[in-house]
Amino acid sequence: MEIKVITTPLDDEVIKGLRAGDKVFLTGFIYTARDAAHKRFIETLEKNEPLPIDIKGQIIYYCGPSPAPPGKVIGACGPTTSSRMDAYSPKLLSLGLKGMIGKGKRSQAVKEAISKYNAVYFGATGGAGALLSKSVISSEIVAYEDLGPEAIVKLGVDKMPLFVINDIYGNDLYEMGIAQYKF
Amino acid sequence: MREIHTDEIISTIERLFIDANINLSDEMLERLNKAVEEEKSPVGKEVIRELISNAQIAKNEQIPICQDTGLAVTFLEIGQDVHIVGLNLEDAIAEGVRRGYKNGYLRKSCCDPFTRKNTGDNTPPTIHTKIVPGEHIRIVVLPKGGGSENYGEVRMLVPSDGKEGVKSFVLEMVKKGGPNPCPPIIVGVGIGGNFEMSAILSKEALMMPMGERNKDPEMAKLELELLEEINRTGIGPQGYGGTVTALDVHIKSMPCHIASLPVAVNIQCHAHRKKEAIL
Repeated sequence: MEIKVITTPLDDEVIKGLRAGDKVFLTGFIYTARDAAHKRFIETLEKNEPLPIDIKGQIIYYCGPSPAPPGKVIGACGPTTSSRMDAYSPKLLSLGLKGMIGKGKRSQAVKEAISKYNAVYFGATGGAGALLSKSVISSEIVAYEDLGPEAIVKLGVDKMPLFVINDIYGNDLYEMGIAQYKF
Repeated sequence: MREIHTDEIISTIERLFIDANINLSDEMLERLNKAVEEEKSPVGKEVIRELISNAQIAKNEQIPICQDTGLAVTFLEIGQDVHIVGLNLEDAIAEGVRRGYKNGYLRKSCCDPFTRKNTGDNTPPTIHTKIVPGEHIRIVVLPKGGGSENYGEVRMLVPSDGKEGVKSFVLEMVKKGGPNPCPPIIVGVGIGGNFEMSAILSKEALMMPMGERNKDPEMAKLELELLEEINRTGIGPQGYGGTVTALDVHIKSMPCHIASLPVAVNIQCHAHRKKEAIL
């Protein structure tokens, strides 16, 4: 199938061109953050303190990798279930976050925030942790090191294979897929 | 009477968990290759191709198939003429798990239920033992990820619910999971026994060989009917839409109380990691 090649930081023109169901190769930098890091982001914002990373134009990957074996940049690094981050995402999108990578359905509030703030939700294939690790070319802990596997890691990625699940037009690949193939 | 030292059990458990997490079985690879042909959605086909490629990369690079290397589920069939020497058996299994998850660079995913503090070494394992005739020990490991395990359930149906009740329960669980348990999935169904036995049966059902049908023709028919209906939901690979939502459905059953119809559904993601050894 046709593949769209995109790079970070994502600008609005690129996001406008993405449609649910597109396969994309993503190149650039992304940040891992899952349950505990999101909780801490929101607590930081509530105290009117700055986030440890500038999320404007950036992409967060919901991922807790397996340990890197010697000589490797990272271990297996597939996505975790995104819905656990639903409570936090609209706030981050309002602050300029442009993309999220994970697996599974998002809440209505997240989908609305995606449209409102011109963002995108990508799916990485769950359980394809080895394949996804091949596209990671650098890995550096940038914040919350004390959270161990949940620390924020800046990943350099080259042609990371993703699918667009929720676009700015309100399309949802999960709903479209079921509607088309249910019989 | 045959003596088996726990040193041998420890090293076998260590090896099996590393092997299971890194090397997808030929059986699963063959099934995925067949699924690419069966799948009608282009996106679904692409996802399954990614899974096949993922398995090859994991094998070549010797890294886990999936970062969720699971809780350490271990089944043992112990011959009644075996004498185990050395450590306490459960301690030996835990030690094998500890070594496997450390030396194999596998993720430790076991934590306290409330404080969520990680136990640090993926112990304790979940151990199921059975005493069988003979003088061998059969060990089967089934590292099980959280995403798929979260969509399992035990339900006490009433006898009048019958087969239709079982079918609608299984379909309800598959639809509830949708994309989250990482389809294409394998569905284990335990029917009968009692509350806890139905759950164990559903887990044992997941360990049946791909494509193998229940010996009871009625149960075999139910397996195929369920597989067909699950694949008509449209959920498809990764939930992106498609015709291969499940790779197989296995049922294990046993007689139950005259007042009950216990049913358990246990869902397995496509990263079906199962390895065994006989000592």
